Amino acid sequence: MSNLKIELKEKIIEQLNLEDIAIEEIADTDPLFGEGLGLDSIDALELIVMLDKDYGIKLADPKQGRTIFESIDSMAAYIEENRSR
Amino acid sequence: MQKEFYIQSYCHITRNEVLVNGKSVFKSDEIEFTSFIKAAYKNFDIDHSKFFKMDNLSKLAFIASDVLLKNEPEKNIALILSNNASSLDSDRKHQSSIADPENFYPSPAVFVYTLPNICLGEISIKHQLYSENSFFVFENFNADVLSTYANSLLADDKAEKALCGWVNIDEGKYDAFLYVVAKKGTFVHSIPEINLLYKTNE
Repeated sequence: MSNLKIELKEKIIEQLNLEDIAIEEIADTDPLFGEGLGLDSIDALELIVMLDKDYGIKLADPKQGRTIFESIDSMAAYIEENRSR
Repeated sequence: MQKEFYIQSYCHITRNEVLVNGKSVFKSDEIEFTSFIKAAYKNFDIDHSKFFKMDNLSKLAFIASDVLLKNEPEKNIALILSNNASSLDSDRKHQSSIADPENFYPSPAVFVYTLPNICLGEISIKHQLYSENSFFVFENFNADVLSTYANSLLADDKAEKALCGWVNIDEGKYDAFLYVVAKKGTFVHSIPEINLLYKTNE
């Protein structure tokens, strides 16, 4: 597992207060919303802030989040391509 | 003629302890609020993962209401809560996240709790209540307003019961006193009785 994917899982668990969920329980392809981790709309906003704060990525259109935040895989790929930090 | 209502049950949470009807049901060695309230959540074996996303005021209101409503079949329960500190606990966190223009990253998850009445929504979600609710900010505990409001709702059949009281937290200090007003119960729902129960754990 890449360092970035591990880092993302750690950040998601800590910043979104996912109590009782361990890194090993989040598969790279698991859906983050809906039936996966069950994140909600406020969590999506937190992830947008996280992209900006930690990776220097500003999403001009929040609707982009729908595809970027599909899974850890998709998040990591987008960050690798667009990060400025 | 004024109908008479009763206090069905009441709960205090303060100084690392949860009491129901004056009897201790949970006490923790955890001094700090977040550790204590998490221990209380675990102790009562509540299954509601969103609890961990709530702010401190909502966590306090959530646990106090849950111990009173967990076996309550009635769903037409009005919520009438109050405090002194409003949502200052979350307001301060939000303020600290926007104080530095060079490091300006307000957290949406904190911001959504910068109103005290959000805790009423958390209680309503957990217990599936679609009832009347209000949150008042008073200088001090005000049994007069709470009882007048609850009596009015029950007398006019706007609610079958009312969960009333005080839930306050700021700068690490916290206390909650919630009680259920019903058409039957143990204690007469009167201002002196409410004040007496409120003060029993001061």
